[in-house]
Amino acid sequence: MNAQFIVDGLIAGSMIGLGAIGVTLTYAILRFANFAHGEFIAWGAYLALAVVAAVPFGMVPIGPFSFGWMLPIAAIAAALLTGGLAILIDWLLFASFRRRGSATIIMVIASFGASLALRSLLEFVFTSKPVYFTRELQIAMPLGGGLRATPDQLLMLGVTAILVIAVHLLLTRTAIGRQMRAVSENPVLARLAGVDVRRVIRTVWCLGGALAAGAGVMAGLLVQIRPYMGFDLLLPLFAAAILGGIGSVPGAILGGLLVGLCEALAVQTVGAEWRAAVGFVILTLVLLLRPQGILGKAAT
Amino acid sequence: MIDLVGYGAFFLTIALSYAIIAVGLNVQWGQTGLFNVGVAGFVAVGAYVSAILTTPDAAGRLGGFGLPIVVGWIAAGIAGAILSYGLGWLTIRLRSDYLAITTFGFAVTVQLAALNLEWITGGPFGMGFIPRPFAVSADDPFRFGLLNLGLTAAVLLAAYLVVEHLSASPWGRVLRAIREDETAAVSLGKNASGFRLQAFAVGGALMALGGAVQAHFIGFIAPENYLPLMTFQVWAMLIVGGSGNHRGAIVGAVLVWAIWAASASVIGTVLPAGEQARGASLQIVLIGVALCAILLLRPKGILGEKRVVSRYLGKSAAEPARQREGTLAP
Repeated sequence: MNAQFIVDGLIAGSMIGLGAIGVTLTYAILRFANFAHGEFIAWGAYLALAVVAAVPFGMVPIGPFSFGWMLPIAAIAAALLTGGLAILIDWLLFASFRRRGSATIIMVIASFGASLALRSLLEFVFTSKPVYFTRELQIAMPLGGGLRATPDQLLMLGVTAILVIAVHLLLTRTAIGRQMRAVSENPVLARLAGVDVRRVIRTVWCLGGALAAGAGVMAGLLVQIRPYMGFDLLLPLFAAAILGGIGSVPGAILGGLLVGLCEALAVQTVGAEWRAAVGFVILTLVLLLRPQGILGKAAT
Repeated sequence: MIDLVGYGAFFLTIALSYAIIAVGLNVQWGQTGLFNVGVAGFVAVGAYVSAILTTPDAAGRLGGFGLPIVVGWIAAGIAGAILSYGLGWLTIRLRSDYLAITTFGFAVTVQLAALNLEWITGGPFGMGFIPRPFAVSADDPFRFGLLNLGLTAAVLLAAYLVVEHLSASPWGRVLRAIREDETAAVSLGKNASGFRLQAFAVGGALMALGGAVQAHFIGFIAPENYLPLMTFQVWAMLIVGGSGNHRGAIVGAVLVWAIWAASASVIGTVLPAGEQARGASLQIVLIGVALCAILLLRPKGILGEKRVVSRYLGKSAAEPARQREGTLAP
């Protein structure tokens, strides 16, 4: 067996983990499984691409990397826009269901419909042809132990680590983070205690959308950009969020890395064509053995 | 004129096979509130099981049993029931949307298996030569079309009568009681999970049967027939028709399929060949938006069902259920 699957798995796992943070937060605070979350990944990538394409300069490669200073700017713009998109969809769709107290499952169906519409809209505007941020070729550097990684890949691992630490600090050390946890524990009590629940919900969408856009830009840089990129990640996202334990941000990133590693291992041992089934196998095992996930609390 | 009748029969046969699937989904969702996002997976299982059992020998894959069509259909239904029971058993103790996620994963995996297990499914090229009912009159398209329409309608009618009978039976009453107030049903000594699982299995069997009927009518199946888009179409049928009501599911199936076929033919004639793929994605955007709009504006559908058990309780019955589900208060 080749140990290279560790590098491939960690990189795929970073993208899954960043997406799964959004899934787990939506699930813990808004209490439904959002099937449209994968589309935020794809929209983030296409929005960043639109910014990069609109500016005719700034993509001359910096140092060992394949992209120029325009890409980080585009990524930040895409994160803000995708966060805004998530808030917009909540306002158009989910807020009305919350207001009339619809069953959770109605929200899930609506998110399924929104997912299809958002994805097909991308396909309509950009067609289903894969596109790239840059055509620069990168040579993988040896890391020792027979492992190889490109400079872009190493940078993205670092960026993921920074983002995860930032989200963790936001949730544990700031007022809005405490309010988010309060709403997830008990929304009625939180509201009575003076927490602005609507502001908390906006923050959740914005944060989830922005992190998904980050995952999308990474996937676009390291793999490719296509309308189905987010939808294909949806099952791994759910598997990671449930494996890590719903509501736990460290759990989501841990789950993401584990799912990514299992996928890379399966590609090497079983074959790349079965990659998409790994999420389902993990999901089944978690639900059978430990439904509350690794870092989750058992239901009371 | 003959052409028009022929097309009408073809259209209705497909629509009614979707209606069988929609009735199956209605048994699961409309009657018990179990959310299945893997409809396409169950339909595919039914189609493939029946096709494998009934096709003549083919090089490079399992088959050659050449069994009668009716055996294939029964086997499809049994396979659908067993698989849905298993998936339901895995998640029924957990929150309702875990079932949604699991069935979604199931459908992805079934599609992957259809694509990659070439020795069973024929891989990406699919399976041909699936025996068609009334194949002896295939050289008379008019007669052939009407006979097949009659057969599909008969299967749908049988399915409808069975589920209506079940709904009216004590079993159906318990299901409705569970859907509307689980605590009350449980306090009367009803095993809620057991009843839900049974309903989920009945629904899965009907979906697989619908898939088998469809596969035999068309005579050819391939993995790309069973994309998540199909799940979405069946959901749209149920929501348009009004969930909880089997007649609504049938009306919704014909209506949504008519809208789908008509918009596809408009795109086919209006747009140039190069733009048709984009037109098709626009079609999906519109249907997605329409589904959300119906959920927002007319959540009970066209023929929505009234609450039966707790209609006398008014709003007070809905409140505790809401708290239990944990939705955020406005």
